[in-house]
Amino acid sequence: MLKMHEVSKIYRTDLIETYALRNFSLEVKAGEFVAVTGPSGSGKTTFLNVAGLLENFEAGAYELDGTDVRNLSDDERSKLRNERIGFIFQGFNLIPDLNVYDNVDVPLRYRRLSAAERRERIGSALDLVGLAARARHMPAQLSGGQQQRVAIARAIAGDPAFVLADEPTGNLDSLMARQVIELLEQINEMGATIILVTHDAELALRAHRNVHLIDGQISDFRAYEPRPAATGGSAALA
Amino acid sequence: MFGYYLRLALRSFRRNPGITSLMVLAIALGIAVCIMTLTVYHAMSGNPIWWKSDQLYAVTMDNWDPKQPYREESTLPPPEMTYKDTQALFRSDIPQRKVMMYSSAGVVSGVGNVPPAHVSTRVTTADFFTMFEVPFLYGNGWSARADEPAQPVIVLSREENEKLFGGGNSVGRTLRWNDHEFRVVGVLGDWFPMPRYYDLNGGAFRPSESAFIPYGWGRELELLNDEESDCWGPEKIDSFQDFIGSDCVWIQMWVELPDRSSRARMQSFLDGYWATQHRAGRFPRPRDNRLTNVADWLRDNKVVDNDNRMLVVLAFAFLAVCLINTVGLLLAKFLNGATITGVRRALGASRRHIFMQHLVEVGALSVVGAALGLVLAAAGLAAVHHLYAAAHQLRRGGYQELTHFDSIGVLWALVLALTATLAAGLYPAWRVGRLPPALYLKSQ
Repeated sequence: MLKMHEVSKIYRTDLIETYALRNFSLEVKAGEFVAVTGPSGSGKTTFLNVAGLLENFEAGAYELDGTDVRNLSDDERSKLRNERIGFIFQGFNLIPDLNVYDNVDVPLRYRRLSAAERRERIGSALDLVGLAARARHMPAQLSGGQQQRVAIARAIAGDPAFVLADEPTGNLDSLMARQVIELLEQINEMGATIILVTHDAELALRAHRNVHLIDGQISDFRAYEPRPAATGGSAALA
Repeated sequence: MFGYYLRLALRSFRRNPGITSLMVLAIALGIAVCIMTLTVYHAMSGNPIWWKSDQLYAVTMDNWDPKQPYREESTLPPPEMTYKDTQALFRSDIPQRKVMMYSSAGVVSGVGNVPPAHVSTRVTTADFFTMFEVPFLYGNGWSARADEPAQPVIVLSREENEKLFGGGNSVGRTLRWNDHEFRVVGVLGDWFPMPRYYDLNGGAFRPSESAFIPYGWGRELELLNDEESDCWGPEKIDSFQDFIGSDCVWIQMWVELPDRSSRARMQSFLDGYWATQHRAGRFPRPRDNRLTNVADWLRDNKVVDNDNRMLVVLAFAFLAVCLINTVGLLLAKFLNGATITGVRRALGASRRHIFMQHLVEVGALSVVGAALGLVLAAAGLAAVHHLYAAAHQLRRGGYQELTHFDSIGVLWALVLALTATLAAGLYPAWRVGRLPPALYLKSQ
């Protein structure tokens, strides 16, 4: 479970302070698929960075799976991030001089798993995204959709409790975007909690719950109808 | 993780071959200059007979002008002694070995078709070879009986033996030295004492002599010192006899004293001799009779001058400039890869992981830089060696012997390169680990 209470994140310069998140509270239960929407500059990505332990916050409380993250050391935060969180970015963020296999291997390396276990996990993740045959390809040899699927494989290879996706379909055409979102739904059905930041209202409709942000604050919680049966997703109401 | 980091480092080198080459070159140049300077400095400042340094003593007594010291800048006595004093002191049986000697020169002839040639010659008593542990290729030195009256025996350096006898065993062969027939009793092996501690006259880095003859020939043939002979008194010197009876200093005297007690007895002997002479009107300056071991001898005579030390400082300054440039290039390279670092941080790498990853990259860089630095240093030293060899007409044993690149040099290079480059890489590696990952992920 992800639980934020009255969290504030402030960006400071010499002259001004800007609240990216202001008294932000949100609870995401295990297995949920939550879409975070809002206009540009509303604090969506900041929320994702704070949730993913990539940024600290100035005030409030944040618990991730029962761990108060506020006073964790960098090593502890990194370990928690590595074991509990998978990231998916709009720009894929694959490492260009590593092949598909080695890209998926990156988070597993920091977990000090045995070579055999890493091989098994990488194989399973690539199978899931349908790219096992491309394991030795370099990112530049793949289409955008394939690169994002590799990024998804990398995010889930460590079997994280949470997958945080920042505009994962933003750089993809509609066909590839649909494939990616179906993959996210599939991962959610397998038990991972998905938090999806998006501009795309249609995409947000696929989530169990939509959180709308304006000026770093939640302006609206909306529960949606269950997803169409064709996608096979389960639904939960806020 | 070390293997993984090393693989990442090699990938990083392949990704940025230009900047990597620049860094390797900067490290290598800095290391090469340092190693070349240090190698020469090490050879110059080394004690060529360190294992025996505390048993070998230069004997000096201050017989100089009462109005002024021998050296303006210090109160040290003259580094050489008068002929008559060494003759008197040489009678002592306290030293285990003792030698009095000077450098002269003669013309060698009478060997087949080899044209007569001027050769540097040491006129010395017999213990020279055993006392200074001079290696022999053929034969030996002469016995003390051959010193006085002087017997016509000669020892040749290896190089002189090559010139005269084609490098063969010439023991028993004869040659003419200043038109007197001498029999070869020994040929030296390679012997290049650097610095030439036993006689610093005329420079500490001159080669040792080409020939050695018994001390008695000095008086017999009235051989003068071919270096400086320092005199201070208003003495009338019209003949060789006048010269050897004067207060001019030109003879080097060394004694081998194996323990403290023999050293103390020798010091008492010197002081007693000084007192007798003082009462007779000689030695007008305050008593300063010294037994100086090799290490102190080299230090007192400033064998390694300040210019050499300054060169070492400049070499390290150059290395520092190279490393500062490397730091800049490393920072640029690492910050250029900030997005990838951000991705790694997002995927679970801690600051420590990032720091270690980049430090391994710096370490790999320093190993390559050190290897290239070694090659450059070896090439540079070889070039200097040839330059000196040419200047000395291929005479071995001179300055060029300072440029030998030995295993200690290799070890220095590796330690220096690894330490210096790792130290230089600490900041960039630390800095890249402190980058806020979210910022670079966003910018991507």
